[in-house]
Amino acid sequence: MGVAIDVQGLTKSFGSQLIWNDVTLTLPPGEISVMLGPSGTGKSVFLKTLVGLLKPDKGSIVINGDDLVTLRENDLYEIRKLFGVLFQDGALFGSMSLYDNVAFPLREHTKKSESDIRRIVLEKMDLVGLSGAEDKLPGEISGGMRKRAGLARALVLDPEILLIDEPDSGLDPVRTSYINQLFIDLNAQIDATFLIVTHDINTARTVPDNIGLLYHRHLAMFGPREMLLSSEEPVVRQFLNAQTVGPIGMSEEKDADELAAESGQELPPLPPIPLQLGTSDGSPRRAEKPAGQWCRDNGVTPPPGSFRSGNAGVPGVSQVPEQVPEGEVVS
Amino acid sequence: MNLLVSPLKQAGAFFAMALDVLRALPKRPFQTKEFIQQCWFIASVTIIPTALVSIPFGAVIALQLGTLTRQLGAQSFTGAASVLAVVREASPIVTALLIAGAGGSAICADLGSRKIREEIDAMEVLGINPIHRLVVPRVLAAMLVAVLLNGLVSVVGVGGGYFFNVVIQGGTPGAYLSSFTALAQLADLWTSEIKALLFGAVAAIVASYKGLTAGGGPKGVGDAVNQSVVITFMLLFVINFVVSAIYFQVVPQKV
Repeated sequence: MGVAIDVQGLTKSFGSQLIWNDVTLTLPPGEISVMLGPSGTGKSVFLKTLVGLLKPDKGSIVINGDDLVTLRENDLYEIRKLFGVLFQDGALFGSMSLYDNVAFPLREHTKKSESDIRRIVLEKMDLVGLSGAEDKLPGEISGGMRKRAGLARALVLDPEILLIDEPDSGLDPVRTSYINQLFIDLNAQIDATFLIVTHDINTARTVPDNIGLLYHRHLAMFGPREMLLSSEEPVVRQFLNAQTVGPIGMSEEKDADELAAESGQELPPLPPIPLQLGTSDGSPRRAEKPAGQWCRDNGVTPPPGSFRSGNAGVPGVSQVPEQVPEGEVVS
Repeated sequence: MNLLVSPLKQAGAFFAMALDVLRALPKRPFQTKEFIQQCWFIASVTIIPTALVSIPFGAVIALQLGTLTRQLGAQSFTGAASVLAVVREASPIVTALLIAGAGGSAICADLGSRKIREEIDAMEVLGINPIHRLVVPRVLAAMLVAVLLNGLVSVVGVGGGYFFNVVIQGGTPGAYLSSFTALAQLADLWTSEIKALLFGAVAAIVASYKGLTAGGGPKGVGDAVNQSVVITFMLLFVINFVVSAIYFQVVPQKV
């Protein structure tokens, strides 16, 4: 079972440049959360702060009752064994074969025999679809394979928390879908707490249980997926629907003139909320909630056509299922 | 303000890392495999350049001394002066140049490229301290190789000096060899080796520090290597002076 990460009042700046201020959120145990944000808003910095690679200026990160920010270095190395982290480029050790890369944490931290290690490594390599590539060096394989090998390495110590930095950067849409499906299946299997940092809207709309949005040096919103997808809040709405109308400009934020020029424009209606991605064998995940439950509990009417299909509302998919009467064949 | 603070910050961070290295030294398990690999690696990038540099170095000293002693009418002391110059100064300096220029730059480039590929971060996240796992074996390896290189330079340098004095300048082999120990003593060799030991440690720690703090992509690694070599040179020449000064205060000289 995964553990919760409790972040309170986290603030980070590099020199005089404030990255984000007063970020407070709790990643619920065993659930998948996605952290979104325009490029350059410090999503990766947030992720590195969560594992203690960067020290925040203020605030606390509490895991199992330990505050990561004030922990001594030796205890920090100890608590990091709870984590599996997938870096953007996989961060494989360039001098080792994929097999040795995946076996590395086992050899360093456990007293397992080579045959046990072999069994575990081959199992994880198979899980991410890399069987047969064990002897390749990281330099010899594609970016997508490096990413999957990095994932296999992050998984060998059976982490309680899995942090994933931009799983979709540099991957084609099909591989992105596969890797998203893999996250859902993994979550069902190991019940770890997932945090995925991304700016892929499709991933954000269909994969997570919770969504957070970093914008303009603060956490604009964090909450259940349905809450953000049905939100009328301009920033959230603009980002989750990939529109140009809204407070986010090409360079971070728009100035007053641009906003004034937009004031008369009517926003397109909120697209329907898609169904959450299920496990590949159809069995429910422990953290999974029935579609639309949050909306019903909080008296929010979801946009029309919600929870009918996994593709609804994804930018670029234009047909909304409810416009087609049941049974009618569309040519 | 910034001009003043940032070098101080750098120096502080560097000493903090040097202390971390000291603290990680006794930690178990000792990384034997990494240590041996690094010894081999550093030796392989330094041995040949060192030998090739020390031959002309010994020769130049022999040429200068050969002429000087003839002008002073002290030809019988050519061997003595030559050994003294090579063992006391030339060989630690050549070792410093090579261990910083070839060994240190290789260490810095290696760690720097790992840093920008996020390998170091990944290692920390996997619960492994890179200072213990990567830096300590490199520092120890550089120290060992520096001591051995220093011996190599002394031998090759003295051999080169003999060859040039006797064969080229027509000095007498007997005079050269018999005056060998007239001025030099065993303490000279020890001091020379202690210098080499310090040079190896400093070169490796500076290179590791610069490598582990590299940033800003491939250009950042290039800059880090460049700075690490320059900084190491400056530090090593200062250390060389300080150790020599202490040596003359502490060890009585032959009269």
